Amino acid sequence: MPPADTSPEAGNPGAGRLQPLRNFFRRNPLTYSLVGLVLLGVAMSFLSGEFLSPANLSNVLRQVSVNAIIAVGMTIVILTGGIDLSVGAVMALGMTTAAGAMLAGAPPFLAIILALLMGLVCGAVNGVLVAYVRLPAIIVTLAMMEIPRGAALLYTKGYPLSGLPESFAFWGRGQVFGIETPILIMLAVFGIAYVMLNHFPVGRYLYGIGGNEEAVRLSGIRVRRYQFLAYLLSGLTAAISGIVLSSRLMSGQPNAGGGFELDAIAAVVLGGTSITGGRGHILGTLVGALMLGMLNNGLNLMEVSPYAQMVLKGAIIILAIYASTGKNSDR
Amino acid sequence: MSNNLLELRGVTKRFASVRALTRVDLDLQAGEILALLGENGAGKSTLVKVLAGVHRPDEGRILIEGREVRLADPSEAQKHGISIIYQEFSLVPHLSACENIFLGRERRTPWGLLDRSAMRREARALLQRLGVDLDASRLVSQLSIAEQQFVEIAKALGRSARILILDEPTATLTGGEVKRLFAVMRELQRTGVAMIFISHHLDEIFQIAGRVHCLRDGRSVGIRPVSECTPQELVRLIAGRDIIHEFPARPATPPGPVILKVKRLQLEPRLPAVSFGLREGEILGFAGLVGSGRTEVVRALLGADRAHVRDVTCHDRPFDPSTPADSRARGIGLLPEDRRHQGLILPFSVAENVVITNLSALRHPVGGWLSRRRGESAVLRLVNRLSIRASSTRQPASTLSGGNQQKVVIAKWLFADCRILVFDEPTRGIDVGARSEIYGLMRSLTAQGRSIIMVSSELPEVVGMSDRVIVMRQHRIERTIDRAEEITAENIMYYATGGHIA
Repeated sequence: MPPADTSPEAGNPGAGRLQPLRNFFRRNPLTYSLVGLVLLGVAMSFLSGEFLSPANLSNVLRQVSVNAIIAVGMTIVILTGGIDLSVGAVMALGMTTAAGAMLAGAPPFLAIILALLMGLVCGAVNGVLVAYVRLPAIIVTLAMMEIPRGAALLYTKGYPLSGLPESFAFWGRGQVFGIETPILIMLAVFGIAYVMLNHFPVGRYLYGIGGNEEAVRLSGIRVRRYQFLAYLLSGLTAAISGIVLSSRLMSGQPNAGGGFELDAIAAVVLGGTSITGGRGHILGTLVGALMLGMLNNGLNLMEVSPYAQMVLKGAIIILAIYASTGKNSDR
Repeated sequence: MSNNLLELRGVTKRFASVRALTRVDLDLQAGEILALLGENGAGKSTLVKVLAGVHRPDEGRILIEGREVRLADPSEAQKHGISIIYQEFSLVPHLSACENIFLGRERRTPWGLLDRSAMRREARALLQRLGVDLDASRLVSQLSIAEQQFVEIAKALGRSARILILDEPTATLTGGEVKRLFAVMRELQRTGVAMIFISHHLDEIFQIAGRVHCLRDGRSVGIRPVSECTPQELVRLIAGRDIIHEFPARPATPPGPVILKVKRLQLEPRLPAVSFGLREGEILGFAGLVGSGRTEVVRALLGADRAHVRDVTCHDRPFDPSTPADSRARGIGLLPEDRRHQGLILPFSVAENVVITNLSALRHPVGGWLSRRRGESAVLRLVNRLSIRASSTRQPASTLSGGNQQKVVIAKWLFADCRILVFDEPTRGIDVGARSEIYGLMRSLTAQGRSIIMVSSELPEVVGMSDRVIVMRQHRIERTIDRAEEITAENIMYYATGGHIA
């Protein structure tokens, strides 16, 4: 019997010849972002001679790492249909915690653990309020933009904490096998997230919750637990990037990370993850972060004024989102 | 010159390479109720969307009062007096009935402010014209589904609709509400409004429609007056073959021992407690009017919703689930009535939906990661066994028909090896052909010793499928009908409506 399976009504009207191509993109959303990345790379290399030099590319990767690490946690939260605006503040608290501990005489490795714990605590607060108390994520994490930031400012009295031990510099300035540590940390975080999201049950649940929370709950999955986990992990990645940044700057800056939440969200969305959750890919986020980084770097090389850069960046984000989602809307 | 209000001539619509409608002709006269019939996927919704201005036909003409019109977008369709009442309403829940009726064409005072009293007056008049007693200042979110439907109709009339298309308006209504809706439709008919009525229920078509127009595979296959048809003829017309409510025979073997014993289940302190038992290998029907508490009881039983008191044993061990996860652990699964919003993760594929109930079965024994290969073969076995029609197990669940979606939900719980399946409206929104398949599946599940609780608003379904029936009324178990020969539509209605009390 013919029509029962795939009712034509469900199809995409007016697609015509482009249908196969469009289906390919829909099945492989990552390609959208990759094409964007390549186009951007080509454009930048034409506009600026230095862009493609190995030194500059390594520079881009290192600059990208801080935002990219935060964006991993952000991806996980957004996949569940949530949002985490507190990441910049949590990162700053992580920085000052690590720096403060070291200034108080703690060895770097203990300071790092304390910073990570601080990130987990902030993530847990978000997670409890969103998953268990059922408050809207945008409000909870908006409030949590203030609390960690305020705590960091209180603790440091508003001044950066500098004079950190030389051995701490490894995490932001060191190299392993000729590759800079921030890049390695970034790749490791992405690798772990990739395996978790794609090869473990928890990944299926996180995607599923964003796709249809109620269906997942009625399938006998403890939805709240996984929602909580998403915010917990977001706090953790914010703290990790805080450690990298404080090591890069060799100081703990309570004012760092303002606006980082927006950069992270931009990376996630540029990477093809649906802002309403359920669809997307962690590697897309890496591509998205790289796009943002290349854009920043290229515009700097071309000596475009930072103010104009902001305008351009915003316009390009809108354009990219339109290209990836605007066209294949289902209605 | 014909005196048709609306005419379609040779309307064809293609999606990519698929023909959804092929040279459809349709006539509709003022004051007529035309039933549009057809299985899901036969082209009904495409036809409705063409009339709504959502889809533009590739070929053919649309005429209103003999003049050709182009319905390029929904607002143009409205301008020509065509209004659609969709299954899912387009009302704003936080606004009042009156505000919804005037949404987008608010009455203003000479000062430019909202003229609330004028709008309230007009809304009241519109509702009165429908013969509906409804306070227009109430919020839509507080209205029953039937009342919301009346508000939709009033909204359409307020926009001077002359052609009203009702897309399965009765699917979510109770028997009494359907009667009210029909009264409203007859009232409209008297004032010259033409209606296209879509329903899967043949009895309703015989009650309300003057003519039927049947689509199959996107073509008109029959147009005739209802008075000249029998139900069997209509089913043959729809399906192109003879199938009508063929319920599989009840098994000869008596059901087994009671495995789920509900001693006392109370949803809220002010509500009465219920108690019942479920036997192994039986289908226990839950009948009653909408709002009688059937769905609430089974959802609370499974921990999907809260319960005040839950004194239940399952296989003689206490069973007090605080979430559906606890029920799953004890082998009990819920198949919700709203599959698209509660049963399936639409962006997920068939396979991903099936395995989500039991991902631990796919984990590597040491590493704990998921083995896609293991899942694939298990899912394929279920897909074949339930004959789920999908191009592959990777097809997104969103693109399946209603019947196949329900089968995927069944597959989910079989994958988790549940022994007790709780179906809430097992065949809602599923076409005639696929229904018999679902019924056959349910019987084969009980033949394997699984037990089924079936909440259903469809009397024929309750009568045809249940081994025992619990009739609920006002959150109370009014009656349990144990003997198969006493399970009749009349008996059930009698208890459900409190006929034995009156």
